[in-house]
Amino acid sequence: MSTNRQATAHSPWRAPILFAALALLFVLEGTVRNSMFSGSWNTSLAILNMGLISAITALGVNMQWGYAGLFNVGVVGFLALGGLAPVLVAMPPVEGGWSAGGPRVLLSLAVGLGTLALATQLWRRMGKGRLRGLAVTGVLILGFFVYRGLFDPAVTAIEANNPARHGNLGGLGMPVMLSWVVGGAFAAAAAWAVGKVALGLRSDYLAIATLGIGEIIVAVLKNEDWLARGVKNVVSIPRPVPYEIDLQQNPAFVEFATRWGFSATEASGIWVKICYMSLFLVVLLVLILLAELALKSPWGRMMRAIRDNETAAEAMGKNVTARHLQVFVLGSAVIGMAGAMMITQDGLMAPVGYNPLRYTFLIWVMVIVGGSGNNWGSVLGAVLIWFLWIKAEVWGPALIGVLTAPLPDGGLKEHLLDSSAHMRFIAMGLVLLLVLRFAPRGLVPEK
Amino acid sequence: MSDQDQAFGNRGNRDASVVNPHGRGTIDGTRRSGSTGPGRAGDPFLIGEAMSGGYGRGPDILHDCTIAVEKGQIAVIVGPNGAGKSTAMKAIFGMLNLRQGSVRLNGRDITALNPQDRVKAGMGFVPQVHNIFPSMTVEENLEMGAFIRNDDIRQTLEQVYDLFPAVAEKRRQAAGELSGGQRQQVAVGRALMTRPQVLMLDEPTAGVSPIVMDELFDRIIAIARGGLPVLMVEQNAQQAMMIADKAYVLVQGANAHTGTGKELMANDEVRRTFLGG
Amino acid sequence: MDILNALVAFLNFVFIPAAAYGAQLALGALGVTLIYGILRFSNFAHGDTMAFGTAITILVTWGLQALGISLGPLPTALLALPVGIAATALLVLATDRAVYRFYRVQKAAPIILVMASVGVMFLMNGLTRLLIGVDEQRFADGERFVINVRDFKAMTGLAEGLALKTTQLLTLVIAILVVWALFWFLNRTKSGKAMRAYSDNEDLALLSGIDPEKVVRLTWIIAAALATIAGVLYGLDKAFKPFNYFQILLPIFAAAIVGGLGNPLGAIAGGFVVAFSEVAITYPWLKIAGYLFPGWQPDGLLQLLGTEYKFAVSFVILIVVLLFKPTGLFRGKSV
Repeated sequence: MSTNRQATAHSPWRAPILFAALALLFVLEGTVRNSMFSGSWNTSLAILNMGLISAITALGVNMQWGYAGLFNVGVVGFLALGGLAPVLVAMPPVEGGWSAGGPRVLLSLAVGLGTLALATQLWRRMGKGRLRGLAVTGVLILGFFVYRGLFDPAVTAIEANNPARHGNLGGLGMPVMLSWVVGGAFAAAAAWAVGKVALGLRSDYLAIATLGIGEIIVAVLKNEDWLARGVKNVVSIPRPVPYEIDLQQNPAFVEFATRWGFSATEASGIWVKICYMSLFLVVLLVLILLAELALKSPWGRMMRAIRDNETAAEAMGKNVTARHLQVFVLGSAVIGMAGAMMITQDGLMAPVGYNPLRYTFLIWVMVIVGGSGNNWGSVLGAVLIWFLWIKAEVWGPALIGVLTAPLPDGGLKEHLLDSSAHMRFIAMGLVLLLVLRFAPRGLVPEK
Repeated sequence: MSDQDQAFGNRGNRDASVVNPHGRGTIDGTRRSGSTGPGRAGDPFLIGEAMSGGYGRGPDILHDCTIAVEKGQIAVIVGPNGAGKSTAMKAIFGMLNLRQGSVRLNGRDITALNPQDRVKAGMGFVPQVHNIFPSMTVEENLEMGAFIRNDDIRQTLEQVYDLFPAVAEKRRQAAGELSGGQRQQVAVGRALMTRPQVLMLDEPTAGVSPIVMDELFDRIIAIARGGLPVLMVEQNAQQAMMIADKAYVLVQGANAHTGTGKELMANDEVRRTFLGG
Repeated sequence: MDILNALVAFLNFVFIPAAAYGAQLALGALGVTLIYGILRFSNFAHGDTMAFGTAITILVTWGLQALGISLGPLPTALLALPVGIAATALLVLATDRAVYRFYRVQKAAPIILVMASVGVMFLMNGLTRLLIGVDEQRFADGERFVINVRDFKAMTGLAEGLALKTTQLLTLVIAILVVWALFWFLNRTKSGKAMRAYSDNEDLALLSGIDPEKVVRLTWIIAAALATIAGVLYGLDKAFKPFNYFQILLPIFAAAIVGGLGNPLGAIAGGFVVAFSEVAITYPWLKIAGYLFPGWQPDGLLQLLGTEYKFAVSFVILIVVLLFKPTGLFRGKSV
């Protein structure tokens, strides 16, 4: 039953045209100054850079959803976990932090994990019966108390160390770009643990499991001050690109800027953003290349075969759960990497900002709008939706202003104008619903 | 399959924490009925005449197929696998698009009615599978059968319990917990609760043991002798023909042989090609 | 005496708050489980439906207060509640008509409904923000306590006090009434049985003459009522903040799954299991232990987990239940 205009085949020019239109939006944002656009290259590039990070996140989600059909609603958690990496890798070590309780924290974490592993092994090895239940419960309770006994004093000691400035373990002082890989590894490890449990059941409970783990990871980041100072935030994380202030004091750069007709302040901002953009673009393109190669490899064909007909794939001896776990871990690693890149760009780790609406469900809007299963689609959807999300904050009030112009001044008009920034939520909801209804394959459909 | 389904393929439908495939429907409940017309003189009580058609826009499965039941009789549809037996019954019940032919019941042409309205017009239909409400009690299953009635259903309830004493004992038990044979009895009982004018059974004995099958056939004979015509699709052709007043052998969606059960059992060709000896 | 003091402290800090919270979760989980059982998808917009219903109720409450109408010792919000329910019911019926019905008619895969519910979630979230903003609102008025600490101490002579907030008592009473009414409706009335029949077997329900659209409409109205009641009770007991209503989705889903998705009885049990575990695990037991074992001087607060990790508790319970009993405590429909 054909219910919309998407049933027919698509022109090969569709994706390039859409990307060109998107590029035009950013050029307009950078050059035209009116009620719609800011006319500032700094703004335009800032939106683009965050859009690129969103694109990498969307790419990770698309690997899980597009390739394997896994519904991950804990994106925010994996993103946040990845964001921990720049703090732990690139920040300089905190004086006295490590000696206050570093080894003890590591030991306690090892005890905690060891307890879980031991309990699992006991459950598998021992025969069914009351003894097994008692043994496993005993191990868990004992392990918990040993863990807390080791952990609590160590945390108190670390957090007591210069709490106004640090109170955390600090980092390793290594190059910040390394943290991108580490962030991916963090997210991958968490994904492996979640997937191992949630995908191994008779039918998946991945959605609810990821929803839970997402909340938990964010809660950990907010409350474990010894790790990354919690809500007290970690600031001035080292950058892989030059600082604006250094550029502004560099005569060669100032001269270069004047030759192009920019002030030094403006040009330095633009230059830094271009540096970030280049880094992000390289990562994005490498990831897309790898993802596309993987999809065309025998592994990718098997993934799609499993997704389209699980029963048949299972009958052919494919281990569906193991494949799903694999792709779930890979996708989460990509999301974690994006998380690390985001924190690197911001130079700031502020866990209160991790809102699931923005970092989970908005990413989902990006993937669906872009086209499930199509990597280029995810990128297009991500950058476009991010652009709209940012601009809706400007356009919403403008629109409300026009709409309420005939209203008399008063409480209602004021209230509507005040709350018009919230229009972006309604706009995103509408975009998702309209795409689902009229173009469910998204802007760039899967081939 | 809709575009929306094609767009997402099979994605996400495994995740039991977000989707519930249990009990999903397949019948399009939104199709509106057309008007009914007069029957034809000399019609049998129920007749699907010269039916051709298939599912959706798919190819025709039935080709000029005719099935009829007279009052107080049992008619069976038999045939090899894939002959379109169930399809023929579904065509009479309005679950597929007829390109040609008509269905007439008790002097009315009901070809344009949708399945729900055919139930109201007097058809009692027992699907082959998923024919009970498993989490509801036996009694609630029967009450749901009588959903369209607004009068007192207690008398009919007692009649059904008299007919199936085994399920009467379990009236407070969830129907899903009963044995296969008892579930079929509940399913037939549910269809009887509307006080239909004709009872249609799609392979009622599929998957039950021979003893249970004999008992079910006994009950079906009792229903027919009570005056309610029965139309039935059956795998076990031999037993079915023994109780049939009229039997239709279908091959590739078309009538191959028609006659009383005894006639067909005596027919050499039917025996050779179909009954296996 | 010490044992009595310990008991009072337990009632005051663990039992009463957990019971009230459990009742709120149970009402929320009932709505989720009904939608899951009948419309066959998990409604991500349920938390925001709760927020919307509560926001309307608060606005009407303010209106009533401005007019000087009150319910005496009871919160004025109770008077406004029917309006909130009606508005929410209209909203969800409108979204069903505009969004979900299309996919239902098409017999689209349920995952699409899940995606659509994410879209509706954004819409409702924005709508609630437009209506009332994102700030915390307190709208409980009337008598604050049924029993307050000072009176209790004076009455019993115990060192430990017991407080029972009006909102807590109200939550329990209303929850019991609502649950009783819902079960009476589902098990005793023709329409309620039709809903269960549709949940069990859509096709057979259709062939039995049950109108699917009517069942769906009824389900949405009931879900809207449950969501609004749960939201208002939660808001009265704690405070109304739209984002908290979004976050409560996790414990609500956990409760529904722990009890067995699609099973109303399970949703109630699940709500209380989740609430009691959350409160018991995040409560510092030092005080109670002090009464019970006067000689013992532990150096911690005897708190298993910080309150910030209450979501972790729902999650762990969920995982444990799924590992050992994949269909939930009461058999759900999912597996």
